[in-house]
Amino acid sequence: MKKFLQSEWMSRLIDALLPVFATLAALIIGAVMLLFLGVNPIVAYKALWDGAFGSGNAFAETLVKATPLLLVGLGICISFRGDVINIGGEGQMIIGGILATWIGLTFTGLPGWLAITLALLAGFLGGAIWGGIPGYLKAYFNVNEILSTVMMNAIAVQIMNFMMRGPMLDPIQAAKASKIPQTARLIEAFRLARWSPTRLHLGVLIAVILAILVYILLWRTTLGYRIRAVGMNPLASRYAGIKVPRYIVMSLLLSGAFAGLAGAIQVYGVNYRMITDGSASGFTGNAGFNGIVAALFGQLHPLWSIPASILFGALLVGANQMQRVVQVPSALITALNGLVVVFVVSSEFLRRRRQRQRLAHAKMDDAPPDKTSQPAEASA
Amino acid sequence: MISELFTMTVLIGILSSGVRLATPYLYASIGETFGQRSGVLNLGVEGQMLLGAFTAFYVAMNTGSLWLGVLAAMIVGAVMGLAMAFVTVNLHAQQGISGIGFYLFGLGMSDLLFQKMMGTVRTVQGFPKIGIPFLSDIPGIGDIFFNHNILVYGAYLLVLVAWFVLNKTNLGLKIRAVGENPDAADSLGVSVARVRYFTIILGGTLSGVAGASLSIALLNVFQQNMTSGLGFIAVALVYFGAWRPFGVLIGALLFSMVNSLQLWIQVLGVPIPSEIAVMMPYVLTILVLVATVSKVRAPSALTKPFEREE
Amino acid sequence: MKKFTWFVTFVLALALMLSACGGAAAPAGGSTAAEKFRVAVILPSAKNDMAFSQSMYDALVAVQNDMGADKFEFVFSEGMFVVDDAAAAIRDYASKGFNLIIAHGSQYGSSLQEIAPDFPKTSFAWGTTVDTFGQPNIFAYEAASHEGGYVNGVLAAALSTSKVIGIVAPIETGDAKLYVEGFKQGVAATDAAVKVNVNYIGSFSDVALASEAASTHISNGADVLSGTAQMVVGAIGKAKESNVLWFASDANQSSLAPSIVVVSQVYHWEIILKEMIGLIQAGTLGGKSFSINLKNGGEVMEFNPDYSLSADAKALGDAAIKGIIDGSIKITVE
Repeated sequence: MKKFLQSEWMSRLIDALLPVFATLAALIIGAVMLLFLGVNPIVAYKALWDGAFGSGNAFAETLVKATPLLLVGLGICISFRGDVINIGGEGQMIIGGILATWIGLTFTGLPGWLAITLALLAGFLGGAIWGGIPGYLKAYFNVNEILSTVMMNAIAVQIMNFMMRGPMLDPIQAAKASKIPQTARLIEAFRLARWSPTRLHLGVLIAVILAILVYILLWRTTLGYRIRAVGMNPLASRYAGIKVPRYIVMSLLLSGAFAGLAGAIQVYGVNYRMITDGSASGFTGNAGFNGIVAALFGQLHPLWSIPASILFGALLVGANQMQRVVQVPSALITALNGLVVVFVVSSEFLRRRRQRQRLAHAKMDDAPPDKTSQPAEASA
Repeated sequence: MISELFTMTVLIGILSSGVRLATPYLYASIGETFGQRSGVLNLGVEGQMLLGAFTAFYVAMNTGSLWLGVLAAMIVGAVMGLAMAFVTVNLHAQQGISGIGFYLFGLGMSDLLFQKMMGTVRTVQGFPKIGIPFLSDIPGIGDIFFNHNILVYGAYLLVLVAWFVLNKTNLGLKIRAVGENPDAADSLGVSVARVRYFTIILGGTLSGVAGASLSIALLNVFQQNMTSGLGFIAVALVYFGAWRPFGVLIGALLFSMVNSLQLWIQVLGVPIPSEIAVMMPYVLTILVLVATVSKVRAPSALTKPFEREE
Repeated sequence: MKKFTWFVTFVLALALMLSACGGAAAPAGGSTAAEKFRVAVILPSAKNDMAFSQSMYDALVAVQNDMGADKFEFVFSEGMFVVDDAAAAIRDYASKGFNLIIAHGSQYGSSLQEIAPDFPKTSFAWGTTVDTFGQPNIFAYEAASHEGGYVNGVLAAALSTSKVIGIVAPIETGDAKLYVEGFKQGVAATDAAVKVNVNYIGSFSDVALASEAASTHISNGADVLSGTAQMVVGAIGKAKESNVLWFASDANQSSLAPSIVVVSQVYHWEIILKEMIGLIQAGTLGGKSFSINLKNGGEVMEFNPDYSLSADAKALGDAAIKGIIDGSIKITVE
């Protein structure tokens, strides 16, 4: 048993499962909170599990929820590897969503496949613009990207509110007194195919394919190599002849583009229109932030981000179900969500320590010791 | 209508409300400045503020003592800071993400406590305005600077103290050293961990006060998610101020005054869409930074966990 | 390493225990009596927000008190600001056999339109709107918030001595816009010299900005304020501090500032909820749109007993209410 536990394979499996263990540990604290609220935690967590994985439909919902997380997360994999922190996912999703919706509402004469393709590209472009601006400002004007992305999120929300009640207002609503701030619905030909009767849509597949493409981009292309090089050591990259500012712009631009695409897919796969409740999260469902968390669950690796997004999506979907079944305030779910994030990000520590231990073992086996072989990922 | 914007009343209104609105930003941003100067990015400010706001309100409401409320908010903020410090310093957790985790926790927890312990929105009698003798009687200037509640004055005093501590004391030197070059600081016998614990807990404490300044000094109510993104702006202002207390002060005042300007623009009926008015402070903050092209670098060790070479 | 293995074992054991017990646990929220009318409601903000969401929650509590807990029960999902999550919740409630599912926010309409046809035996309701999408199992409801706005406007104009009134509102659409338009017309009809300034702060949650908007109005000379949506609690605090009058909407806000709240326009959705329930029990699952207004008692102007309103002003207010009810006062909203 001991031998088995220490085997390389098992050891890596435990590493991969660490986020899951951390999530469980957070849920244990959540159980105590549930007890304080007079709720049986077992019933509550059963509901959580059922809500996320209990049936085909539940799992479909989990995947639908995971899709924007994965897409935003892919962008995060790129930008964080380039050592820029993009917390503008919310705004980028919104701008992507607006542009994509505009395509679908304007060019109603196009064949469906063409309209959808154009719309998704428009979403990609919208996000790229909204991410590219902070990138440009960082690279050439030394404006910190955390500052500019926070501000750009707020600006995007106001643009959305303005578009929804003004230029893009649903003509049906325009004729009514209440004027619900939403666009018209996309015609049926322009909606992403669904696996009925669930809401599972083609966007899920698109996201997975893109995850593979981002993996290739980061590790098999010059662009990806340079983004990572700039992220790891900008000074050395400059000496190596890489135009550092250009790659700072590129990494934020690409990061924004994926978030913008997430926004477009939300419209074309799930909502079929844009609606605003005055805040960003009403449209994004906080995916702009949660996607960051999902990417870090996946250790900033595009492929690992797939299961990580599903895990996190499951948690969000399941938590809503739990709220419905045991009628706890939704605030508890938010707090629990926060605990999970803290625990998972802390569990990285265990993973790194185990990695070091393995390294130490390896070192003992074959000298000479190599001091520089610290895991490169640790500083990502 | 536009000409109405340039009257004395409006000018004084904008400046005095800017001075007042800047208060929560100042507490939170100065706290964050200490953290970042020592190399730790805390994105959880908003959560700490919310828990601080609730605690201050609840304690003040039940004990009748506003100062006890502030104290309780400080303690809660400090505990949140302690947890953040443990996670980032000892466990080397990715700082940005753990901050988001603490934000979500504070957002949910303050709401949950509010629902279970108060149940509905209530009001308290908050800190009263204190006119500084003589100074508050100066026309215009008096209303702008010298007729506020005590926590507003405290925020500006804090800027001075923070500047002094960071630049003129041994402690400040240690903090900056730890943020710029932890290895060197360590080899000189400065405990990187201890300094970071100190700054993160201080940051949490000040975020708690920032929350209290909202719930029992400026607004005198508590409502779910009442900070509504204010904590994130506070973090952004640290970058605006390039990690200097006076820079942060300028940023907070600029942002708040433009925000108050946009309120006036709407109140006076200037015919532009309300959304354009609302986005003004955000746009302007970015534009000012672009126009001034700062050459200041971030503390070198910012967001990098410290690991002693063995 | 040892510690860690122990930890893993512990967690695994716990997980096993949880799933084992979970299987045995009784399903929660199951219906007991077959006769019971079961309602699920989706609320965009917290159920105690002193505004829109609370008005519906309170109405459901009122219905429950009226019908008795053995005949009526309801469950809720609050804070469902994410439209997509709300859609999932609606579908889930529908599949659990609730009799009526209320989506209390105009942003949920799209989701209902899509889900309702899949559950022809379930009744759905949404607001605020008049649109049932021509579906036989969707009800729509709206609040004539311009009516209460008008009455508030009449009283506000009568009580303002500075002839300047300020309004703090969230975004320029929906109920908020209706309320503001009604208010303005009420003011104009009473005293054309009174100026109404409106501040849309672009958010439903920014309490601090709402408060600062209120103080901007006050600096601008306003001695009467009003506002709508949940972030106005900040504005009420400021009004109280500066001792200017406040006219409330959505829920009764007198308790927040007893000295300055004159009157609250309160939504009593229970009026239409009971009608809806009656229809559903009789076999009509939708296709009708309801409105609460002053006439049918769904909207009530609740005067604050702690504020001593002059008899003249009260008479003006009552006349406005009467005029709206009997149709002699027409409020035009585009």
